[in-house]
Amino acid sequence: MSMDREQKEGAEVLLMGNESIARGALEAGVRVAAGYPGTPSSEIIETLSRFSEAGKLYVEWSTNEKVAMEVAAAASFAGLRSLCVMKQNGVNVASDFLLHLTGSGTRGGMILVSCDDPGALSSVNEGESRHFARLMEIPLLEPADFWEAKEMTRWAFDLSEAIRNVVMVRSVTRMSHASGNVVLGPLPAVTAKAQFLCDGPVSDPDRGPVTSAPVIQKHRLQQEKLRKAAALFEDSPFNTYEGPETPELLIITSSACTLYSREAISLLRAEGRAGILKLGTTWPLPPALLKRHLRRTEKVLIVEEVLPFLEDQVKILAAEQAREIGIKTFYGKNDGTLPMVGELNPDLVAAAVGQILGIDPPAIPAEYREKLRALTAALPKREQTFCPGCPHRASFWGIREALQRDHRGGFVCGDIGCYAMASLFPAAGFHTAKTLHAMGSGTGIASGFGKLGPFGMEQPVLAVCGDSTFYHAAIPALINAVHQNADITFIALDNSGTAMTGFQSHPGLDVNAMGEASPKVDIAALCGAMGVPVTIGDPFDLIGTRVTLNRLLEEPGVKVLILKQSCALSPEKKVKKRFLVRVDEALCRGEACGCNRLCTRIFRCPGLLWNRERKKAEIDEVICAGCGFCAGICPAGAIRSEEAAK
Amino acid sequence: MTEHLTKDPYNIVITGVGGQGNVMASRVLSNMLVRKGFRVTIGETFGMSQRGGSVMSHIRVSPTAVWSPQIPKGMANLIVALEPIEAIRVLADYGNPSVKVLVNLRAIYPVGVITGEDEYPSEGKIRETVAALAAEARFLAATEEAIRLGNPILGNIVMIGAVSGLGVLPIDRELFETVIREWMPAARVEANLHAFAIGQAAVALKSPLPQREV
Ligand code: SF4
Ligand code: SF4
Repeated sequence: MSMDREQKEGAEVLLMGNESIARGALEAGVRVAAGYPGTPSSEIIETLSRFSEAGKLYVEWSTNEKVAMEVAAAASFAGLRSLCVMKQNGVNVASDFLLHLTGSGTRGGMILVSCDDPGALSSVNEGESRHFARLMEIPLLEPADFWEAKEMTRWAFDLSEAIRNVVMVRSVTRMSHASGNVVLGPLPAVTAKAQFLCDGPVSDPDRGPVTSAPVIQKHRLQQEKLRKAAALFEDSPFNTYEGPETPELLIITSSACTLYSREAISLLRAEGRAGILKLGTTWPLPPALLKRHLRRTEKVLIVEEVLPFLEDQVKILAAEQAREIGIKTFYGKNDGTLPMVGELNPDLVAAAVGQILGIDPPAIPAEYREKLRALTAALPKREQTFCPGCPHRASFWGIREALQRDHRGGFVCGDIGCYAMASLFPAAGFHTAKTLHAMGSGTGIASGFGKLGPFGMEQPVLAVCGDSTFYHAAIPALINAVHQNADITFIALDNSGTAMTGFQSHPGLDVNAMGEASPKVDIAALCGAMGVPVTIGDPFDLIGTRVTLNRLLEEPGVKVLILKQSCALSPEKKVKKRFLVRVDEALCRGEACGCNRLCTRIFRCPGLLWNRERKKAEIDEVICAGCGFCAGICPAGAIRSEEAAK
Repeated sequence: MTEHLTKDPYNIVITGVGGQGNVMASRVLSNMLVRKGFRVTIGETFGMSQRGGSVMSHIRVSPTAVWSPQIPKGMANLIVALEPIEAIRVLADYGNPSVKVLVNLRAIYPVGVITGEDEYPSEGKIRETVAALAAEARFLAATEEAIRLGNPILGNIVMIGAVSGLGVLPIDRELFETVIREWMPAARVEANLHAFAIGQAAVALKSPLPQREV
């Protein structure tokens, strides 16, 4: 279910927050959109790619977020409206360019959309991108519902053109991946011709070269732009108040926390006592608006995710205005009223409001609660693991066997993608992957470990990296390792797609985000050009992987192994099983298999069942993807595979 | 004109395991309700849904207001479980004495059960637990019915039909047909209508579907 071209202006439809943001950009006449996939942001570019059309809307998945922002900036310099989209930590990647871009200013309206992930529902950090708005001195908007996400994105382009700088729109998982009613607006006919006017003097914002120098002048100008935005924010319709004229408690909030705050007041029936100042323009804060509201109350609770960003700004304004508004009592993150980590929800906010106002949140009857506790304990957990037939499981099994035979305590530096599960859940990576940080960092860290030999480190160092991650950030790290002559074995887990986020295109594929044929950049050829030995293998060839790895682990310098096999969920694999696999009960050693029942307890492919009654392993034909790999791991040769008929 | 709801907001949890069509079910149901003039919020977590985890959608339905994408604890009005132990997992957090629960009896074993480390509760135990915690509990062999229609994924539509049969929301077969026709190739509409009708009849007749071993 997603927004499509057929849906007409005026229709009220259910859109995901991300679809609504995309729609807002379309209604603003966006011409160029670029991004890098990352949950919870990916659906914005995906939606736009369905509307792409030569000369009307260009959409790309860029190699990384910095490049995406540069691509979008070029369109702006040429007078077109543009959008760049990323998840929270992507803004870190783009930030060096952003620092200079915000100094140089923009021409056609340009929006940076960042989707944060409070609670790290699909991330290995809960980094907050809002701080970048302040750091980079650009305006920040935060939508608080699905419809507003569209309206705000649309308006952000006008604002960007009014101040000639980038405007940041920040969403969160619970906004981006939630859905609600949205009324569609018209899609404008866009005709502006792309032209980069650059024959004027540096001081001419319309015709001069675009640069952040002369720095002091440009920086001063940038701050004037920000003041102009603050002035516009004073009567922005995105800032609203609901509640009594003089509330006993004023809640100041933004984004999804607005909905939690509303729910909390309703749960506590505190409508007559607490009011909500919902801010859509969260940096810079409009001082007069804040003053008007702070004046009418003694107690202020700031509800936001994750760090006290609003809270700090509100306190600064309150201190500056203390003479006129009086002294306030503040509640929020700093005093521990709300947790400083993780995402919020209606219950946490209700507890906070209840504590301040002395109201108990509604509770379910004690008797039922007891029954619940007794009856729902001890449910089997759903552990996350690689899909049945996933090539990563096979790759890590091969690495495990090679490291076991090597005996020197070798380890893998992990990276971001499905294969991060190997680092997150030790059982999934068979206890081989031991570090996990940013995109491409596994290779950089390995490069560092690989220079510790002279300090006495004897452990072999491996790095794994997926195909999309390779292009994104691993290339500079790998070149570093080569140039520094670090002792590492670099393994590219090439499954032909950005599997983790839903098969977006990347430079290794022959198709782009708009579905057009495009040249691919070959990982093996790139590594070869770095002058290091490259071996290509199939992760499903267990013996091949193990033998190759054991050889590479003995050699000095950088060695590259590319394990190539497409993702089990890739369209061509979902159609048909390659092997028919079964367990020969007579050969299966059952409980006597090593000390471990290797196949089910250690290897753990969900296609392999342990039959409790018969005490034997078994293949679940519905779940097994037919990769055939497990036939090679059984020490008794009990798992049999035969090529499926064509 | 919007029709009457027993609660404002009316809170629905649809739960299951990645790959069961949970997201599709919540969108079909929500789209039907939007067409009826309601404000609907769906909250989803599906970042890791492809890899065996539990998937849950929260649906808030209101004649007037936009509610949070997370239902407060203990405040579900209806739980639709595409997988039996997920019904119990959701009850633990969102259950209350007046909640209604629809359960598809087809189990999907977690990895720990597959590997023999954990034990999956028996069907009898599941029925007993859900019945003890719900004001109304219905058990369906939705996946089996769907397999007979030619595709196990249609189990989610059987369950949406069951929601309609329960009579707590103003949704019927005609509305379902309008919504489904919009996003499905015509060839698949018929099977979906069948699946819906099966679920609807099973619950409306107050007699559960024939029970088979699961
Ligand atoms: S989506 Fe693909 S790469 Fe990711 S776990 Fe599943 S099979 Fe492996
Ligand atoms: S063949 Fe073995 S490893 Fe491959 S999917 Fe089936 S059970 Fe899993």
